[in-house]
Amino acid sequence: MNEKYSETYQIELFKQLKASKLYSDLFNAAQEEVNKPSVKLSDLRRTVQSALKDSGWDRKLRNAVYKHIQNNTTDVNPKYPVEYNKERLGYVLKAQQAWEKKILKSLNSMCTELSIPLARKRTEREQKDLNQRWFELGAEGPDLSAIRPVYAPKDFLEVIIGLSNTNYRSKTESGFNLWGIVQPPLSVKSMDELRFQYNEMSINQCQSGMDDGQDLSMELFDLDRYKLGKKVIGVNHGPLASEFTKKGSAVGLRSELWCQMLGVQVDDVAVLYYEQLKTNVLQHELLVDNLLYKDVKLTATNDDHYFVFEDFLYQVLLPFSRDVTVLNHLMNNSTITPAKSYIRGRMGLEDSAVYYPPNGVIPFHGFAMYVSPLCYLYKEPIKLYYVFREFFMRYFFRLHCLSSHPQGILSLSLLFETLLQDREPELFFHLKSVGCQPLKISFKWLMRAFSGFLASDQVLVLWDRILAYNSLEILSVLAVAIFSFRKTNLMKVQTFNAAEGVLADLTTLQVVPLIQLTLFCKT
Amino acid sequence: MAKLRYACDQDKSVLMNNFEARGWIQVSPEDDFNFYWANVQNIRNIFSIEAGYRLSDDQFINHFPNHMELTRKDLMVKNIKRYRKELEKEGNPLAEKDENGRYIHLDFIPQTFMLPSDYNLFVEEFRKNPNTTYIMKPCGKARGIGIFLVNKLSQLKKWSRDGKTSVFTPPTAKETYVIAKYIDNPLLIGGKKFDLRLYVLVTSFKPLKCYMYKLGFCRFCTVKYNANINELDNMFVHLTNVSIQKQGDEYNSIHGGKWTVQNLRLFLESTRGKEVSDKLFDEIDWLTVHSLKAVSGCISNDRHCFECYGYDIIIDDNLKPWLIEVNASPSLSATTSSDRIMKYKLISDVINLVIPPGEPPEYDEELATSDALSQEMKSRMGAAAGFRGARDRRTSTWK
Repeated sequence: MNEKYSETYQIELFKQLKASKLYSDLFNAAQEEVNKPSVKLSDLRRTVQSALKDSGWDRKLRNAVYKHIQNNTTDVNPKYPVEYNKERLGYVLKAQQAWEKKILKSLNSMCTELSIPLARKRTEREQKDLNQRWFELGAEGPDLSAIRPVYAPKDFLEVIIGLSNTNYRSKTESGFNLWGIVQPPLSVKSMDELRFQYNEMSINQCQSGMDDGQDLSMELFDLDRYKLGKKVIGVNHGPLASEFTKKGSAVGLRSELWCQMLGVQVDDVAVLYYEQLKTNVLQHELLVDNLLYKDVKLTATNDDHYFVFEDFLYQVLLPFSRDVTVLNHLMNNSTITPAKSYIRGRMGLEDSAVYYPPNGVIPFHGFAMYVSPLCYLYKEPIKLYYVFREFFMRYFFRLHCLSSHPQGILSLSLLFETLLQDREPELFFHLKSVGCQPLKISFKWLMRAFSGFLASDQVLVLWDRILAYNSLEILSVLAVAIFSFRKTNLMKVQTFNAAEGVLADLTTLQVVPLIQLTLFCKT
Repeated sequence: MAKLRYACDQDKSVLMNNFEARGWIQVSPEDDFNFYWANVQNIRNIFSIEAGYRLSDDQFINHFPNHMELTRKDLMVKNIKRYRKELEKEGNPLAEKDENGRYIHLDFIPQTFMLPSDYNLFVEEFRKNPNTTYIMKPCGKARGIGIFLVNKLSQLKKWSRDGKTSVFTPPTAKETYVIAKYIDNPLLIGGKKFDLRLYVLVTSFKPLKCYMYKLGFCRFCTVKYNANINELDNMFVHLTNVSIQKQGDEYNSIHGGKWTVQNLRLFLESTRGKEVSDKLFDEIDWLTVHSLKAVSGCISNDRHCFECYGYDIIIDDNLKPWLIEVNASPSLSATTSSDRIMKYKLISDVINLVIPPGEPPEYDEELATSDALSQEMKSRMGAAAGFRGARDRRTSTWK
């Protein structure tokens, strides 16, 4: 640990490690070592340490520390107020809180309108019945005709457009972001910086998911990658798996590589925890369940890539809404202030306040699409659950809350606009002058991380790169690439609908060559 | 290129759009056509002895005269059984058997009997394993019509008696059934059963030239699979035919229960590894080649004919593919928009392979004979190397 990590950060890390199963496992292993006859008392510390290292515990500990660092922001300072640690820009935090209030209000009004409670305990019989149907929840879902999604990407975009710093006065008339609609002056990466960051994706390097399977020499490349990938997996070391995946992962190795990069291990404790969440689902019915049901029915069920996985989605999404690990993570690492609800009749009493929903996430239209592509990788619901949870806690939550974080949706939107303006000024200007702001089309792609827009295999190829480079910025780059690629047709459109039509079907696109074209080709 | 004249029996948009896109002129089948997309009944008439019809060099037609050898359920089984015996007699290593007497490489159709003719054989087999489920299919019907599942001999009384009473009049295709061991352990995805519909184009049986279309699809049942015998009557559980599933409440008209083979492969390779999924798709290629080789001797190899078959394949939970049947005229109606695109491309590729675009080549006798020779050679070499040649000849869109 160097000075990059503050003392409090380190203390927090130790606290978490001590509470984990790894700690007790490590402790037991150490005790076993001590009991071996070969151990000398004088040399106890050194022999035990090296023995633990030899038996692979060292690697496991390193992976755990790596995972913690990946998931938790480093710049939390206890001297500052909590709010300031969540978000340095006051107006962004205020906007986020106002937005949350609005969502909550519409959730509440739906409750009153349909006269259904936010939560309700199920009767014994209902619980039994639900338990029996657990693996085919899609077949006889609740009546959803009156349920509507609380908000869609379009609504959230309105909030982003309306966001501006009242204290900021730009020197130029037109403001900071010349043509776009995102106002806050955040610092985003330039094309050169991105080129440097995504160096391994450059055109002179072969990529899995593109250069394989074309002809014989590429078949050899694919085979080589496969062999190397197997070795990487054998080592079981998170950072190494990331390094390997920077050039894409072979299809057959992806599921394991992702587990290693995300630090997902399904042990007995994890299975037990999932079962507990499932029990929670069986015991109580939440309004959020209906929203999740409705969302699956509106998106994945109708999608020819994902409809076969419908039942898996319920098995992941319903327990997810009960998972307080997610809540704690969001409280510490995001600008989200989870909504609170009160037990009936005790309005306003802090003691009887509970977070609602328990995981602090109110789903929007398209939320199920964060899970759907993962269904191609894991056929066991529990593993699928944990991979999704890690993915969410590391990346996806940033796509639907306001923050000035460089990975947040605000920065990604701004990055998209500046890159597009930099790369395709002519196109941007044309679209803007016919009343078609590019972000109005691309925002839904960004917010859903392209899931449901690209073909399923391409979503996985894209998410490979999110994990490997540990950054969501690739989403903005791809969005720019798509605009560039369809430029000829876009230059001809005169209306917003026509532009939307040109960009309606992205299922034929190949992610990697498009990104390469934008990042590494001089126009 | 000169404008070709085409005739077509089916008013299907995927066909018509293709012909029109090429600027071809429609004529009636009685006229002088260059390209005829006929239905199966009209083929029978054209090639019947009474018609005495002769096709000239510039005419192509989309069926082989006696395609039934492959596409009628009972004849296909008969031909495959004979093919296996022949290979065994030759001592061909492909006909190798394991210790239980099952073919290692050629065991790709479920055990099948003809009814009424094989009734006694069937009863003998049934008594050995009384708790097996069998599936009854009428030989001459398609789209899941007349299919039912049986697990008791009493359900078959009708066929045993019928067989005896009408001993003197041989049963027609309508009355004969095949009874096949039901694959009761199909691979399930999302808890649901599915089968594969793959398209195979044959332009010649001697030497065998076949092309496998990349864009096949999986057809899913809308209801969870359940091997329980009480559900034997519920055809939404067991039959994947779109024409059946469409009638169910759960049918979704946006995707129509269809999933692309690429997605299947992505799923299998991701969840089970590369080796396993490569093996499965290799076996599917092999089973196609074997089924075609099995009939290449008895199909009259008219060089004016080509045929696009719809192969129905079920994968069991050990990831072993089983050939269920071969359709001579796979449905060309599009149920969804991606279905339309896929089928349009299919027909387009079929036409491009049968009538390559561009000017007709100059006829050169020497070249033609040498070409024929080299193809003969290729096919022989293919036979030695286990028909690999047949696969190598597939073009790029057709893997």
